[in-house]
Amino acid sequence: MPVVDLALASVRDLNAALHALGPDTNETHWQVVNPRGLHAIAVGIDVPVTVEIDGHAGYYCAGMNKHACVIINGNAGVGVAENIMSGVVRVKGDASQAAGATGCGGLLVIEGNASARCGISMKGVDIIVKGNVGHMSAFMAQAGTLTVLGDVGDALGDSIYEARLYVRGSVKSLGADCIEKPLEDTHKDQLYSKLEAAGIAGEVDVAEFRRYGSARRLYNFHIDNVAAY
Amino acid sequence: MRPPSSSPPTTPRVSATFDQYVLSEIRRAAATGIYDIRGAGAKRRLPHFDDLLFLGASISRYPLEGYREKCGTDVVLGDRFARKPLELKIPITIAGMSFGSLSAPAKEALGRGASAMGTSTTTGDGGMTLEERLSSATLVYQVLPSRYGMNPDDLRKADAIEVVVGQGAKPGGGGMLLGQKITERVAAMRSLPIGIDQRSACRHPDWTGPDDLQIKIEELRELTDWQKPIYVKVGASRPYYDTALSVKAGADVVVLDGMQGGTAATQEVFIENVGIPTLAAIRPAVRALQELGMHRKVQLIVSGGIRNGADVAKALALGADAVSIGTAALVAIGDNDPALEEEYQALGSRAGAYDDWHEGNDPAGITTQNPELFRRLDPIKAGRRLANFLAVLTLEAQTIARACGKSHVHNLEPEDLVALTIEAAAMAGVPLAGTDWIPGPGRV
Ligand SMILES: Cc1cc2nc3c(=O)[nH]c(=O)nc-3n(C[C@H](O)[C@H](O)[C@H](O)COP(=O)(O)O)c2cc1C
Repeated sequence: MPVVDLALASVRDLNAALHALGPDTNETHWQVVNPRGLHAIAVGIDVPVTVEIDGHAGYYCAGMNKHACVIINGNAGVGVAENIMSGVVRVKGDASQAAGATGCGGLLVIEGNASARCGISMKGVDIIVKGNVGHMSAFMAQAGTLTVLGDVGDALGDSIYEARLYVRGSVKSLGADCIEKPLEDTHKDQLYSKLEAAGIAGEVDVAEFRRYGSARRLYNFHIDNVAAY
Repeated sequence: MRPPSSSPPTTPRVSATFDQYVLSEIRRAAATGIYDIRGAGAKRRLPHFDDLLFLGASISRYPLEGYREKCGTDVVLGDRFARKPLELKIPITIAGMSFGSLSAPAKEALGRGASAMGTSTTTGDGGMTLEERLSSATLVYQVLPSRYGMNPDDLRKADAIEVVVGQGAKPGGGGMLLGQKITERVAAMRSLPIGIDQRSACRHPDWTGPDDLQIKIEELRELTDWQKPIYVKVGASRPYYDTALSVKAGADVVVLDGMQGGTAATQEVFIENVGIPTLAAIRPAVRALQELGMHRKVQLIVSGGIRNGADVAKALALGADAVSIGTAALVAIGDNDPALEEEYQALGSRAGAYDDWHEGNDPAGITTQNPELFRRLDPIKAGRRLANFLAVLTLEAQTIARACGKSHVHNLEPEDLVALTIEAAAMAGVPLAGTDWIPGPGRV
């Protein structure tokens, strides 16, 4: 198993090595030590390998990930797994702002809390946060799911499009055009399968969640909605 | 009081303040209750390159022979950090215009025309289409706040990356694409429902401020293994600071777009009242580069109202390394063609004034997603027209450079220019014609 010590090697060395891997590489499990909050660790991976980061990562860790499984045994800085395409990114600690921003696919699991703007502009990713999330989460969220086991801050789902939001705890306030919607069996099934993918299906009862989504009142310009624009 | 019939009649007088256009806007607003949205750039008269003149050679300056003597036009963009900087044959690039706002054949035509002349074209707020990648020898990929269609594969397929902070037509504003143009293909590329009025974000989702931008740029470089030049595009509002901060954040190239710059769809009030003219923006940006010792190291691309080779030469003389064109390129491929006058009139407009680009009914097949309309545009012929136009811009800029005794268009300098108006003299930092007076403090 390759071990990259970021006290000795640079982030450039690490990423170059990860980008050089072919899809059928035998080096499928990487360990990164001494990440020390460095930025852009393990960005742009395009192969099905596992990268474990032992410590705290800075901004944009695992950005634009494809196929890989990246595990952060610590906290993650701004924009963890931003624009993730596929694969899994798991943060064992807390995540800063804009976790999973613009993510197009794959799965992001945050075992601690996530700060503001979690899932901002998300475009198909599934995000699961075991703790709480901050304000403006799922802002302009286009597609995918954001599931929060804890509480949510202000303006959840402001200007949301077609993303689905599942929240088990309290919601401080909803943003423009975001409303609560009934949690039907199909939603419970969807939620269960997402929790299952994150490996926490047995931990909570899907019936305890509430579902939020777009009222679709802002989809077309209308003078009666002008106060919301 | 009515004058006695014997006295001379008073000519009906239209107010300069409340002119016919202003009156029609008041009536339109009163009838609809919503602001006007349109395409194109600021239409009001602004201090511009027309207010500058070149001095040409004289007893103390030698000109170069018009046709024979070499006058270089090549430019290298992005050699500060990128392993593969762009080497363009001419200093005129095609600006970012989204697929969505433009039809696929229009994007292809832009790629063909630019490639034929050895220059680059740019994606836009909607991702990269296969047509434009295949037809563009050199393609710059925009990273915008919306991140529509963004993915690491396209980033790697691009030849350079442009982080868009703002646009001259709307510094501080996000994009807009109205429902008529959100067809199945456009919707799929943007992960949006078909037919909605799409408002794209005005702030980037995962960074705020210059320190974050530096880290974002670092991430993009890591993603693309430090190969591609990274541009930062700003709308002209505080060009001195925005240029300095872009340099600090690690940009290879700064793109500066003045308020005349075109847009696909923005509120009229925004287009006409936010931002500063291109002419006023260049010198502060160049001053920032010079003070940082980065002029010609971080390249400056200027856009917003570039129409001919004189504009190109003037922008370069003021310190730009290259220019970028949007509106003029669209006109070159057929936008606002008088041959379509009847159809423009049917849309309530006129050839030369048509700017309802957001509505998707463009009879020229350029700003539309309607197959019946966009099939009218032959990308091969339109690409040829763009190549011709770019060739003329280049020849014109060379003609002026040679007249000023320059063996490369980059050797043009502010000392070659004078201004026709006090405003232009102050903004461009060149003397009022016939005087040695440069108005205003803070000159370099
Ligand atoms: C139809 C159209 C679409 C545009 N789309 C974008 C865009 O997606 N992203 C962007 O940064 N600028 C966009 N722009 C602005 C251009 O990149 C450029 O800044 C401007 O057109 C330059 O000014 P000019 O039109 O006077 O040449 C667009 C402009 C037009 C005319």
